[in-house]
Amino acid sequence: MKNLKKVLALLFVAVLLVSTVAGCGKKEDSDNGGSGSSSDESVFKIGGIGPLTGEAAVYGVAVKNGAELAVKEINEAGGIDGVPIEFKMEDDVHDAEKSVNAYNTLKDWGMQMVMGTVTSDPCIAVQSEAANDNIFLLTPSGTAVDAIKGPNAFRVCFSDPDQGTKSAEFIADHDLGKKIAVIYDSSITYSKGIYDNFVKEAKNQGLEIVSAEAYTTDSNKDFKVQLQKAKDSNADLLFLPIYYQEASLILKQADAMGYAPKVFGCDGLDGILNFDAEGTEGVMLLTPFVANADDELTKHFVESYKSSYKETPIQFAADAYDAIYAIKAAAEDAKITPDMSASDISDKMQASMLNIEVEGLTGTIQWKEDGEPNKEPKAVIIEDGEYQSLD
Amino acid sequence: MSFISYLINGISLGSIYAIIALGYTMVYGIAKMLNFAHGDVIMIGAFVVLNMVTLAGVNPIIAVLISMAVCTLLGMAIEKIAYKPLRNASSPLAVLITAIGVSYFLQNLALIIFGADAKSFPNLITLPSISLADGKLVITGTTIATIITCVIILLGLTFFVNKTKQGRAMKAVSEDKGAAMLMGINVNATISLTFAIGSGLAAIAGFLLCSAYPSLTPYTGAMPGIKAFTAAVFGGIGSIPGAMIGGILLGVIEILGKAYISSQVADAIVFAVLIIVLLVKPTGLFGKNIQEKV
Repeated sequence: MKNLKKVLALLFVAVLLVSTVAGCGKKEDSDNGGSGSSSDESVFKIGGIGPLTGEAAVYGVAVKNGAELAVKEINEAGGIDGVPIEFKMEDDVHDAEKSVNAYNTLKDWGMQMVMGTVTSDPCIAVQSEAANDNIFLLTPSGTAVDAIKGPNAFRVCFSDPDQGTKSAEFIADHDLGKKIAVIYDSSITYSKGIYDNFVKEAKNQGLEIVSAEAYTTDSNKDFKVQLQKAKDSNADLLFLPIYYQEASLILKQADAMGYAPKVFGCDGLDGILNFDAEGTEGVMLLTPFVANADDELTKHFVESYKSSYKETPIQFAADAYDAIYAIKAAAEDAKITPDMSASDISDKMQASMLNIEVEGLTGTIQWKEDGEPNKEPKAVIIEDGEYQSLD
Repeated sequence: MSFISYLINGISLGSIYAIIALGYTMVYGIAKMLNFAHGDVIMIGAFVVLNMVTLAGVNPIIAVLISMAVCTLLGMAIEKIAYKPLRNASSPLAVLITAIGVSYFLQNLALIIFGADAKSFPNLITLPSISLADGKLVITGTTIATIITCVIILLGLTFFVNKTKQGRAMKAVSEDKGAAMLMGINVNATISLTFAIGSGLAAIAGFLLCSAYPSLTPYTGAMPGIKAFTAAVFGGIGSIPGAMIGGILLGVIEILGKAYISSQVADAIVFAVLIIVLLVKPTGLFGKNIQEKV
């Protein structure tokens, strides 16, 4: 018995050791060959922050891939006015505290600009640090209003209020339904932000909200009650301004109770096809990027993305790709050089962001003084397990 | 009609809480400790089923049996390595903190082995749905399976504890460890057996939980674990029927609260009910008020 105990204890220690080592291995992966020394002044150092692990990893990994692809292309074409970009992405597990730690790690590395963070709540924390340090920040996909509060911060995607407003507009313009049921997550900024503005704009558009049910992150498994109420309200359309994990559960539970509503969602639903395509047929979502669009830029991007990462890019990859090209355009307009301090770079970039127009994957984008992008919304419908443009 | 539908959903959700709560309550009854790692054993159980079915292509029933075996061994190992050495520690806090540590250890281990992204759990329960009142009331196969499993487990455990030698040994140990030892009961083996049964049930709970709500991450067990613990306290911790009734009531209150009061504060309602019950009856609904002899 004594011996058994020792063996088990040893085994326990061995498992612990292995897990530590495995953890290290993972970290090095995400470093993306960040071997460049911080004193190297002949490159622009752009730091990326986002969830590479955790429940939101699908978004973070897509951003990392999209950004790396853009960086590779720009460097092969001669960089920003002849200066190559070095890009390094740190994991924040979709957690504000870890995100600030990642930001500090990148600052030690010598980061001059931030491309991130990927998700809203961490972005709010990081942008406030970046505003204090006056480091230029461009988030590809942080949708919360406060994610770009400082004058140094900009974004590629629509904000939550804009998504809520644009969704209501889109639903009314395309006559997708008059009576709307909503299920949203009241415990996250993203979902609550979209919901609030959707309600406001719905009134202007003559849409009636017949059922609005919330849930919180602590009870995000059972949606039968919310679905039952939506069903009882005889809504024409179910609006889901939430993330895809919950949406997938909602679609399956709706199916099990014999309820087949028309479903409309926002960019949080993007990624649902990679998660579980079951029950997603006919789901519509507001997303600025469609991988099977036939313009040259998208075709080229999707092709090189597929050959590098063996999967079809989602909107987040496109946002990040556009973000890097926007940084390039603004940097060239501002005529910044790598030997300038991050703060000087930030001042010049802020001014130049207002001058540029980027022909991106997510539309033709210009920026307003508050950091918001100006572009047309697009939506898709899922048919045969693929996005089809919805016009 | 929607009330009946809510009620059935509540019972179904509550049945899962009840099965998890049994694990908490049995361990507490015997070892007088809260095994906070119980929720994470559920998660491991669900991952074993998932990987057996999707990677190894094993028949679902055999996969659940394998998962039960894995969880049983895991539960016994946790008890042997982490809890037993602390059984006579001067402060009961030591083993409580250890339990929290084991919980985090299991979560992080799963994070490394299975990755952090949510996995979609396949639908393995092939019972057909029942449709009543012109499709206004649909009871899914998973719901039926969950409720039936819950009843079988309750009957089985009640029989085991009251009628078998090992079961009665369990009762004896839970009442007085020292006296039980003097009567020739192997206390260590009995505690081991309790952990084994509790963890085996956790595997079933994991399977049912993920069948009803098919999304699995290393943190899947955490919240249901806390709710089930609440259910165990609600019903009177240490009591087997208490855990069962507590679990089912908790599920029903949660769903009805969501339906008729507010979907935003459903959890707050659940815990408010718990506080009220404990104020009125500090030992829980079925808890026995045992006088401590000094």
